[in-house]
Amino acid sequence: MMQKIILLALGGMLAIGIAWATPEDDRLAFIDYHKKRFPDVAVEDYVNGVYAIDKAAYEQWEQIEEFAPYELALSEGEELFKTPFANGKTFADCFPNGGVGIRQNYPYFDTETGQVKTLELEINECREKNGEKPFSYKKGKMASLSAYMAYTSRGNKLNIVIPDDPRALEAYEKGKEYYYSKRGQLNFSCADCHIKNSGMMIRADKLSPALGHPTHFPVYRSKWDDMGTLHRRFDGCNKQVRATPLPAQSEEYRNLEYFLTYMSTGMVVNGPGARK
Amino acid sequence: MASNIKIKAQLKGDTAEVKTLMKHEMETGTRKDSKTGETVPAHYITEVKCLLNGKEVMTANWGPAISKNPYLAFEIAGAKAGDVVTISWVDNKGETDSAETTLG
Repeated sequence: MMQKIILLALGGMLAIGIAWATPEDDRLAFIDYHKKRFPDVAVEDYVNGVYAIDKAAYEQWEQIEEFAPYELALSEGEELFKTPFANGKTFADCFPNGGVGIRQNYPYFDTETGQVKTLELEINECREKNGEKPFSYKKGKMASLSAYMAYTSRGNKLNIVIPDDPRALEAYEKGKEYYYSKRGQLNFSCADCHIKNSGMMIRADKLSPALGHPTHFPVYRSKWDDMGTLHRRFDGCNKQVRATPLPAQSEEYRNLEYFLTYMSTGMVVNGPGARK
Repeated sequence: MASNIKIKAQLKGDTAEVKTLMKHEMETGTRKDSKTGETVPAHYITEVKCLLNGKEVMTANWGPAISKNPYLAFEIAGAKAGDVVTISWVDNKGETDSAETTLG
């Protein structure tokens, strides 16, 4: 009898132990880690990515931003956004607030379908609902349109909510697991570069800190000579560690975006961005 | 069609600082299509002109070595407020585009 009680008590303690940290605990720990790693950097400056921790590169980037290379994409995105579909409807009919200034609410957990919805996913849902062909997810028109929608949301604070639904927490935990899991021939996790080694050199470039990572997507990358969405970047990261990338907007990548963007909740949307 | 050249010009004293971004694919003619294996035909800007109030102040001869969506910045001496800056290009297929802005 006594043994049983002890077992029960142990079990109880174990259960408490397993329910480790809430997403909010994770987020605060995430910020705290960055504060300790880069004591001179203000939390709100992390939206500038690697330029928050690299002064010389920051000066170059400021000049690039004077006439940003994503401006052509913004014009294209605005035109796409305002051009009606064949049935006369527009993107504004699919989104809350007419699609303007809403980037900060994505990704969100949709309790109806039980999955994480990203802005890009909903853009294509909108197109298909109106009898249009979906865009490809990584670049081109999708990136331009997403860039324009981010642009109208500049300055708004990311507001990622994890609703009281076990499936939402599960999606978050899966994204977190993905972030910290090693993969590929080089056996790297996302966190190996962007948490453990942020600020260190990887060949000629500095590794950017993880905090604020999703605020400025989609981005114009000089390396691409083109615009790309966040999932295009995930794709690139996976290839760099010699792992097989997953399809853009796959459940794993959406969960990853959910986790990663939650970590930057409260930071301002400053997309689209320009990066090396 | 709306112009695919963006211009930002700023007057500093009697010097106009002009920055332009032109949308152009700038195909070198040596790249192969990754799917079909066929060579992508050359298509690049050959000449860029800048006019100040209709008078030519700069001509640039370009070729396939210039990047996609080129960015070009330069200064014009002896400019004043109200002057009109016109940028235009011609490519190897004979296509053209131009845009203008008034110095403020």
